[in-house]
Amino acid sequence: MVKEAEVPSPAQTSSRNRSKPDKPFMGNLALKCPKCKEMLVGRDWEKNLKVCPRCSFHFKLSAYERIELLTDADSFVELDSDIVSVDPLKFVVRSQVYTSKLREESENVGLNEAVVIGHATIEELPLALAVMDFNFIGGSMGSAVGEKITLAIELGIEKNIPVLISSTSGGARMQEGLYSLMQMAKTAAALSKLAEAKLPYFSLLTDPTTGGVTASFALLGDVILAEPGALICFAGPRVIEGFMHVKLPEGAVTSEFMLQHGMIDMVVHRRDLRQTLGRLLRFYAKVDVTGETRINQETR
Amino acid sequence: MAYDLEFERPLAELEKKITGLQRKGDRLKHDEHLQLQDAERELRRRTEEIYSRLTAWQTVLVARHKDRPYSADYIRLICDDFFELHGDRAFGDDHAIITGPAKFDGQTVMLVCHQKGRDTKEKQLRNLGMPNPEGYRKAARTMQQAEKFGYPVICLIDTPAAFPGLGAEERGQAQAIAANLYLMSRLRVPIIAVVIGEGGSGGALAISIADRILMLEFSIYSVAPPEAAANILWRDTAFAPQAAEAMRISARELKEIDLIDELIVEPLGGAHHNYRAAADNLKAALIKQLADLQQVPVDELLARRYQKFRNIGKFGRASD
Repeated sequence: MVKEAEVPSPAQTSSRNRSKPDKPFMGNLALKCPKCKEMLVGRDWEKNLKVCPRCSFHFKLSAYERIELLTDADSFVELDSDIVSVDPLKFVVRSQVYTSKLREESENVGLNEAVVIGHATIEELPLALAVMDFNFIGGSMGSAVGEKITLAIELGIEKNIPVLISSTSGGARMQEGLYSLMQMAKTAAALSKLAEAKLPYFSLLTDPTTGGVTASFALLGDVILAEPGALICFAGPRVIEGFMHVKLPEGAVTSEFMLQHGMIDMVVHRRDLRQTLGRLLRFYAKVDVTGETRINQETR
Repeated sequence: MAYDLEFERPLAELEKKITGLQRKGDRLKHDEHLQLQDAERELRRRTEEIYSRLTAWQTVLVARHKDRPYSADYIRLICDDFFELHGDRAFGDDHAIITGPAKFDGQTVMLVCHQKGRDTKEKQLRNLGMPNPEGYRKAARTMQQAEKFGYPVICLIDTPAAFPGLGAEERGQAQAIAANLYLMSRLRVPIIAVVIGEGGSGGALAISIADRILMLEFSIYSVAPPEAAANILWRDTAFAPQAAEAMRISARELKEIDLIDELIVEPLGGAHHNYRAAADNLKAALIKQLADLQQVPVDELLARRYQKFRNIGKFGRASD
């Protein structure tokens, strides 16, 4: 049978090559690149924005690390961080209730949910943003994630500023059943409101972006960027291989593959992300660099 | 139509007895005649009993029954005419989705439906009812046409999932689905979606953003096929029945939590036991909902549709 959204649990991830956890060992002193197997010095690796200097493998970033990477120092104001998931279906899997799973993740990851939202500036231009975090139940989207993404979009409308969403997700969250699926509809509808307000939406895809997130807001950007080598797909490689009984070619369903097939605009190295977004903002934002609202003559 | 599912075995036995007696026709003795009446009454009673408390997994089996009416069967039974349109004008024609204008209750509507195949050859043609991107793009094209001409859109949902293949990824399966969610959330005509069998994940959602979401009584609608959810959560597809139970995928449960607007009653033993009765119920529900929606000014309709989806979701605040 088919599945399109895969939420790897910790045990799964460790058995899978492509999303090997990027946990440094020996404290933070050294770690091994999962792609080229090079031994990396922890401090150099962090200085290099958690990118392997040898093969350019982009390790995953937490939501706050990414916000620090992308936005002007101290410009980020977090909103609605108190939104948490509830357990509408009283979901139990292998005798673990969903609420205890949530509590556990929250304690381990230090986040209330798999996305952080708020507003900030990039190269002094304001924008609303939502940044997903894969560490929290595989970045899966349930009601809380859907609500926060929607709130970030609405914040853009309210403040008349562009919206940036940085995605990373295993797809819809199974534990919230159809509520999760409907978040795809909710976020897509919110983006249609943003379009009515003639505000730009930039979508940044990071490793991995799959399932229901790819098939909703992630691929609806006016401009879609991706980090190199990220897994980006609707159905994951394991799903396709399992269903079709074929081996996928090397590099299938990655950022570069998506670029080649016309699904995204650009693959951007992590160190160039901030300035690329800054450039885009200068093209698309309604507010120009002097901070005055430009009269929208182009659209008349 | 025979009772052939595992949990229907007692019904099958009764049915066999009834057929045996019926075959005697005029030669039926008085006491046998009474036996026949008893057996028929008993069959009815047991069917009602079993079907009134189907487990989630049993509902899945009924929703996937090989004889369950598919979209084309309903179209034949509820529409006076249907003109199928083909192709997405970009890549190809996807036979897992059938779409086109239909005459329904005296007016033109645009139908957008998943279509499964019954025999091996048709299953292949219909790709087991699992659309590729070109299917969703064909649907987008005809829905835009419906908007242009002011035709209401009626979607019949019946798919295990969107097709998971490399070709589908290359041609933008995720983009095609996302684009439809976006399009339908602001399409300026009434939209009604009815899950008639399997409502499987994004593959179903991609043509289900509607003003009213209806479900036939023994159909299912879920975030992922139970096997997939079992694989993710239990790491074993054998736990599909548990996953089905946990995800609350039956029409009745989804109506209870108000995720759908209406449950359409099916004939005794499921739609496949009486196509005509199932189609009549479907038609009556559609006529009623359509009349409701067509009274609403279009801006109001869109505002309500937006709120409908905006409000879906259950979450809390950490301070609570």
